[in-house]
Amino acid sequence: METNLLSEKRTVVVKIQTDLDHHSASLIRKTVDAKIKGTNAINIIFDFSAVDFMDSSGIGMLMGRYKIANILGGKVIVFGVGKQVKRIIDMAGIDKIINICDSYDAALLLV
Amino acid sequence: MENIMKLEFANKSSNENLARLVAAAFVTPLDPTCEELSEIKTAISEAVTNAIIHGYEDSLGMVRLDGRIYGNIVEFTVSDKGCGIADVAKAMEPLYTGKPDHERSGLGFTIMESFMDKIEVKSTLGIGTVVKMKKVIKNDR
Repeated sequence: METNLLSEKRTVVVKIQTDLDHHSASLIRKTVDAKIKGTNAINIIFDFSAVDFMDSSGIGMLMGRYKIANILGGKVIVFGVGKQVKRIIDMAGIDKIINICDSYDAALLLV
Repeated sequence: MENIMKLEFANKSSNENLARLVAAAFVTPLDPTCEELSEIKTAISEAVTNAIIHGYEDSLGMVRLDGRIYGNIVEFTVSDKGCGIADVAKAMEPLYTGKPDHERSGLGFTIMESFMDKIEVKSTLGIGTVVKMKKVIKNDR
């Protein structure tokens, strides 16, 4: 997982490079929350372009980050979503609270 | 075609990936589509995660994955000898979670039900839980 802080946009960019399951979700959660706490960031952009697999643990992780960003007045944005991940996101209906973008550039326009 | 397999592993979250990979490899001879394969991997991941998170709480335990292929049907059973589920029907309700403070979405059983053709859950308090799932591999490309 790579994280990058865009301080002028108060945004943390997180590139996930593993399957997103219960195991990796706890690690992502810890890393992202520490970044949010230790910086001025209020928005989180997740790069899913290297994620081939996500289960419902990924939904829990995204909803948890949404709650945090929402309290801070920020957003959670996801881009690079593949077919399998899209299906899980659609089933959960979380595209109503989390912004799904086609590209990094499109995601940046939202913060 | 006929085949059977069994895999037993400790209730460590890193083994969720192991279970998915074994399930995917086991079903490969039936030549599933990419979609069928990812449906199976997701359903197995949900069942194994449930066993790991809810089955044993914080104590050590083993999770077992059994696979069976007959004709173009694959059947998987995920079992634990953990604490069991008091109310299976309630646990299977969409969005219900037994761990509201753990960022669980409560979608595990809903995903298993929609990605597999049949799912059966048997649980006894103090004895453990068995989740049996079945899928017909249609392979209609």
